Amino acid sequence: MSQIRYTNDHEYVRIDGGEGVVGISEYAQQQLGDVVFAEAPPIGKALKKGDPAAVVESVKAASDVFAPVSGEVVAVNSEVESTPALINEDALGRGWLFRLRLADPAELSALMDEPAYADYLKTLG
Amino acid sequence: MRYLPLDPNDREAMLARIGVPDIGALFADIPADKRIEGLLDLPLAKSEMAVERAMTGIAERSLFAGAVPFFVGAGAYRRHIPATVDHLVQRSEFLTSYTPYQPEIAQGTLQVLFEFQTQVAALTGMEVANASMYDGSTACGEAMLMAHRVTRRGRAVLSGGLHPQYADVCATLARMAGDAIVRLPPDLKASEDIVAAIDDETSCVIVQAPDFFGNPRDLAPVAAAAHARGALLVAVFTDPVALGALRAPGEMDADIAVGEGQGLGNALNFGGPYLGLFATRARNVRQMPGRLAGETVDAAGRRSFVLTLSTREQHIRREKATSNICTNSGLCALAFSIHLSLLGGAGLKRLADVNHANAVLLAERLAAIPGVEVVNAHFFNEFTLRTPRPAAPLIEALAGRGVIGGLPVSRLLPGGGLDDCIIVASTETNTEDDRAAYARGLADCLR
Amino acid sequence: MNVQGRPTQPETAAAPSRPTFTGNRGLDMEEALIFETGRLDATGVDIDEPEPFQSRLGPHARGGALELPGLTEPEAIRHYVRLSRNNYSIDAGIYPLGSCTMKHNPRLNEKIARLPGFADVHPLQPTSTAQGALEVIEALSKALLTMTGMEAVAMSPKAGAHGELCGMMSIKAAIEARGEGATRRVALVPDSAHGTNPATAALIGYSVRSVPAGAEGTVSAEAVRAALAPDVAAIMLTNPNTCGLFEREMVGIAEAVHEAGAYFYCDGANFNAVVGRTRPGDLGVDAMHINLHKTFSTPHGGGGPGAGPVALSSRLAPYAPVPFVRREGATLRLVEHAEGGESFGRMCAFHGQMGMFVRALAFILSHGADGLRQASEDAVLSANYVRASLNDVMSAPFGERPCMHEALFDDRWLKDTGLTTLDFAKALIDEGYHPMTVYFPLIVHGAMLIEPTESESKASLDLFIMTLRDLAIAATAGERERFQSAPMNAPRRRLDETRAARQPVLRWTKPQPA
Repeated sequence: MSQIRYTNDHEYVRIDGGEGVVGISEYAQQQLGDVVFAEAPPIGKALKKGDPAAVVESVKAASDVFAPVSGEVVAVNSEVESTPALINEDALGRGWLFRLRLADPAELSALMDEPAYADYLKTLG
Repeated sequence: MRYLPLDPNDREAMLARIGVPDIGALFADIPADKRIEGLLDLPLAKSEMAVERAMTGIAERSLFAGAVPFFVGAGAYRRHIPATVDHLVQRSEFLTSYTPYQPEIAQGTLQVLFEFQTQVAALTGMEVANASMYDGSTACGEAMLMAHRVTRRGRAVLSGGLHPQYADVCATLARMAGDAIVRLPPDLKASEDIVAAIDDETSCVIVQAPDFFGNPRDLAPVAAAAHARGALLVAVFTDPVALGALRAPGEMDADIAVGEGQGLGNALNFGGPYLGLFATRARNVRQMPGRLAGETVDAAGRRSFVLTLSTREQHIRREKATSNICTNSGLCALAFSIHLSLLGGAGLKRLADVNHANAVLLAERLAAIPGVEVVNAHFFNEFTLRTPRPAAPLIEALAGRGVIGGLPVSRLLPGGGLDDCIIVASTETNTEDDRAAYARGLADCLR
Repeated sequence: MNVQGRPTQPETAAAPSRPTFTGNRGLDMEEALIFETGRLDATGVDIDEPEPFQSRLGPHARGGALELPGLTEPEAIRHYVRLSRNNYSIDAGIYPLGSCTMKHNPRLNEKIARLPGFADVHPLQPTSTAQGALEVIEALSKALLTMTGMEAVAMSPKAGAHGELCGMMSIKAAIEARGEGATRRVALVPDSAHGTNPATAALIGYSVRSVPAGAEGTVSAEAVRAALAPDVAAIMLTNPNTCGLFEREMVGIAEAVHEAGAYFYCDGANFNAVVGRTRPGDLGVDAMHINLHKTFSTPHGGGGPGAGPVALSSRLAPYAPVPFVRREGATLRLVEHAEGGESFGRMCAFHGQMGMFVRALAFILSHGADGLRQASEDAVLSANYVRASLNDVMSAPFGERPCMHEALFDDRWLKDTGLTTLDFAKALIDEGYHPMTVYFPLIVHGAMLIEPTESESKASLDLFIMTLRDLAIAATAGERERFQSAPMNAPRRRLDETRAARQPVLRWTKPQPA
């Protein structure tokens, strides 16, 4: 599986050919419930790690999605804007939100890999 | 006491179960030196009869519109409301129900809101409407804030024909939020060059039609000019019945239409409760404030209605909400909807025609008085009268003669150079006798 | 011989209901939209054609008539009566909604509000002809000032949230008058606050800094001191708070806030608990909105209208918005312009929710000082009675501590049942009750907030309590179906809210021909 890293806010960034594909984790999708709307950042926007980047809404909750790493937005997933259910059905695949051109790949090392994230989820109870 | 069902035995039993010796124990968290030990300095409880007597006495100390020839509009209109409307809004299930957060037991309210939203959208010629706001003036302020969000700009341009109090509301919001606002001077004859005030920082142009002085306006050129600069047109109206006779905001390419709904279904009530109508284009719906009722199905596949797109609202978005609004004007919206359902589109047109006819007849009578001029080239049910002497004392003198002749403009625009102007409204409730009394009274006062 | 006899006793046991032709089930009726049943040429209002006249509409006339259906009077009555019967209401049963204060709406108030001397008075007719209306505003203001112990009251805000905005705008105006408008731009808000509080702060350009509630559910003066800084404009506290508890350290918090040069905004949504027992002004509050549709019984009307007058301390009174009523001897004057004073401006057209003022004043006159005190006592007594009657079967986040006018439970007691707070609430609907407030306040997991108010008889409270006990015991005993498929008995089952949000249909549109 291509490199994937997680934040403790439940965003993921998957490295794909020098770019980072960002979305919310399987756990986040479950917690949120049925997603009804997703709003991606504008293409060209420069994000610093931790900046509010996107919004994902369910019927009863709205969740900010923060940039897991710094970079420039080079693409957004228009499919998810018309079919937000994709985030529930395939959060890690077709439910991606936006792609970043990474400003500083070293930032990835501060994030959790899959096993670390799985352990982290256990602590949340 | 007639509203308090618990009796001393009940209270004793309840205290026993709770396990405290007296009621004071349940207020123990109030700091001892801040407790009120005796009673508040207010009179003691009164019987229904006594309250009715006291309040009827107060009510008698105002002159009410139905008692005299009455011609005041300027944002609130005396309308004949069919008896059915008030009867229906007093049904327990409408009057005493809460916000429909549990839709399974609130389909009555929710279906009414869905019908209301459809009616408002149709009336304004827009794609989607919300379930109402507090009133026309706050709806206008909210429209300005929405335009800022949609365009990501912070400068609003206000027409000089906008109701001065609506403009004041926008100005207060703008100042508090640190946004820019441009207010054109009072525009008595709808002759301002508002297009010239639009620049690349402008988020919206807010224009009232028919305006405060009674002039209908063609907003299409203003819409075009605004759009050319990336700004929005907010069209404002203060009498929904006007839309039965005049071109709708949507037809004139407005982006947001807001107005006062009091003129259908709701009494004058000295200024409130009223209801704000708010409609916009479908593509802007996520930026629209206020509650929204939407259609869906239930677990048995039956068509149902539910409050939706709630993530725009304060209880979910908190500081990122589109507004801080919690309440809509539910019961007033119901009254509006019932009245409009009773009228139907064809009935609304007839009602509008009678309003216009009465205003035309009145204008002719008054313009015939020497020195008196009707300023407007065109009008619907309101026009501005120019008098040879200051208007405010004239209105008082007319009141002394038992005629309420309109609003002296100087009351809302002091120092605006319009001290000789009166805004006169005439609805279907005015009779030939009313018109004669006004003409006679005004002629007498001017002698 | 009379051969007209017929059976008068049911001969068989009740048969299960079968589908009907109409979709109705006895008195339980379906009702279509007016756009589906109304006709474009029908009308319930007879309007005489005007005499011929010369139109002055010019080029602005609309093209044709609006395509909206009309209903004759019998059709309209039937449509709306049927719709109304699908609504729960306080007239029909208890509405135990925490922080909503769903008390009885006295009918005298409706009668009085409809007197022409109140209902048929125009806001802009000469004030010399509207003295009675101004008297209502004056009388209600005085009563509210007596209850709050504060200096002035802004009467124009149209609802609670609008009142919050008024209070915060007054604070901002006061801070700007001191020249600190650029430096003080933060509002302290507890994480238990109602969503309107941070939303209001954002509207005036303030950012929100959270103050944590302690383990006891209340905010400590220490926590407030830790959060105070020179950039703080105000704290926004609800008292009693959204957990139904009195903020014990209120006075200490007020002192800390004032020492730091900031102001104290109090959300008065829960005022019903303390009317006649303490005065917010004595506790150090600078601004407090009052929900007339909560504490003072004006009807909720399916979502509104409300009214939110704001009591102001002497620190903030000079900044109150226009308009306000001022007595000059025997005459009441309406001050509609700032007139060179320090008012922060106008918040809405006209003068406020007069219709609600009349009702609230009638409520206050009816109850009087003694009735108001009794009402607060009964409200607090009833909530504690509910709490004490349920705390062995449901879990409360703050233990056995007495509450004020509302009792808070969380969902820990549902932990191993596979059921959620939502399931429990929906099952209550099948029993003929509107559920309590759920999932608020957000700081408690699966919150259930119950506010019975003073309007419930003991019999009503007892039945409600026993129903909740029955449901709670069933839930912990492992029953699932009863909860997860609820409601089964209401006019509708659970709705597909996901679909409503993913594919919004916000108005009826004419179906296109196939």
